[in-house]
Amino acid sequence: MTQQQMQPLMRETASQTAGPYVHIGLAPRQAGFEIFENNFGSVLTNDKTKGERIRIEGRVFDGIGTVLKDVLIESWQANAAGKYAHPGDRQPGKEVDPNFRGWGRSCTDFDTGIYTIDTIKPGVVTGRNGGFMAPHINLWIVARGINLGLNTRMYFSDEAEANKKDAVLNVIEWEQRRATLVAQREDKGGQVVYRFDIRLQGEAETVFFDV
Amino acid sequence: MGRPPATDAEYLMRDTTSHPIALTPAYKTSVLRSPRLAPISLEQSLSEVTAPVFRPEELGALDNDMIMNCAKDGLPIGERIVVHGYVHDQLGRPVSNALVEVWQANASGRYRHKKDQYIGALDPNFGGCGRMLTDANGYYAYRTIRPGPYPWRNRINDWRPAHIHYAISGNGWVQRLITQMYFEGDPLIATCPILRGVPSEEQIRGLIALQDRGAFVQLDSRAYRFDIVLRGQRATLFENAVQGAKQ
Repeated sequence: MTQQQMQPLMRETASQTAGPYVHIGLAPRQAGFEIFENNFGSVLTNDKTKGERIRIEGRVFDGIGTVLKDVLIESWQANAAGKYAHPGDRQPGKEVDPNFRGWGRSCTDFDTGIYTIDTIKPGVVTGRNGGFMAPHINLWIVARGINLGLNTRMYFSDEAEANKKDAVLNVIEWEQRRATLVAQREDKGGQVVYRFDIRLQGEAETVFFDV
Repeated sequence: MGRPPATDAEYLMRDTTSHPIALTPAYKTSVLRSPRLAPISLEQSLSEVTAPVFRPEELGALDNDMIMNCAKDGLPIGERIVVHGYVHDQLGRPVSNALVEVWQANASGRYRHKKDQYIGALDPNFGGCGRMLTDANGYYAYRTIRPGPYPWRNRINDWRPAHIHYAISGNGWVQRLITQMYFEGDPLIATCPILRGVPSEEQIRGLIALQDRGAFVQLDSRAYRFDIVLRGQRATLFENAVQGAKQ
């Protein structure tokens, strides 16, 4: 036992919903005003970023199929080499890309409900204890009516073989639910688009993770 | 406090009894937006224990000053306050370099947001958003105008207690937390359907900032103290590594 484990644990601060006006704090331009010089957004790449350019595009549905227009989604992913830009990633032989942080923030459009993330396809990250993980992007979803932010992962339809071996997909006992985590690759006028819709509830409810 | 954790150490299992459950019918919007199926438990990997690292130069000098960061031709209306506190993890370690983002209504209870239709007046000199990084001790501070309570369409005469929204990004993706801070003594706290979704009085108390007499700024502002606890990060000794071979 380490000494820390002998101390009583403090309780994590309780979560509360992001509410309808989450854009003010996290995406003020979408709320309708300019205040910060540097805005966090949904374009993760610049001209020098290494990797295949992709766009993720989708909508978020409630339990009766309504398209939600007040959702905020954050994404976190490895770079094209499969390396996270964080000191905890000590995978040997992989370099951080100085032109790619791997974190984005996107809001569903107030009119169409569509969210987009312009990024690169991540490489393979080694899993826990050397296990295999297919390329994936981590997503965190908050909105009015969501009491605790929802964690999920997005996988890629053109990685079917890798997905079959993925350590996390394989712990989903209900095999038919795994498909809710696979984004469908499309070619839209020369642009690679992965369509990834999220269903909060109801038929084909997206798999969310207790991380 | 023991050894600091390694940067790739895993995080303690989330105690879900610390949070509102997904479906809280008194908060009506949760009814159709709450997953019905149990979340799938996963063992943490690098994907969960890493997170974006923010740099001070990404933030502007006035980003944590909501009194001045939107002031155009005067000062915002309302009571000037300072809000400050510490971000720790569950083991009591400071969480340094955490991104703390805050947003709120103005003194009238009106948000500067194209979707807010409340009759309360907008204040041309108040934006209502700020952000900052915690220092090496996990400390953060900002100044603002005390927000007003406001009505909302839940039950027809429901009112939100005055509150400030918080989003905190710590050292690991699983520490990401979004919450709201309330003010000591607000009578609306007793009946708020959003706050009452929190399953224990102890956890509700944790969301209520206390007046901090010692931090008042003389002839200027009152102060409130609000501390935040994020998921605890283990030490790696004798524990599973999220990368590499088993010990």
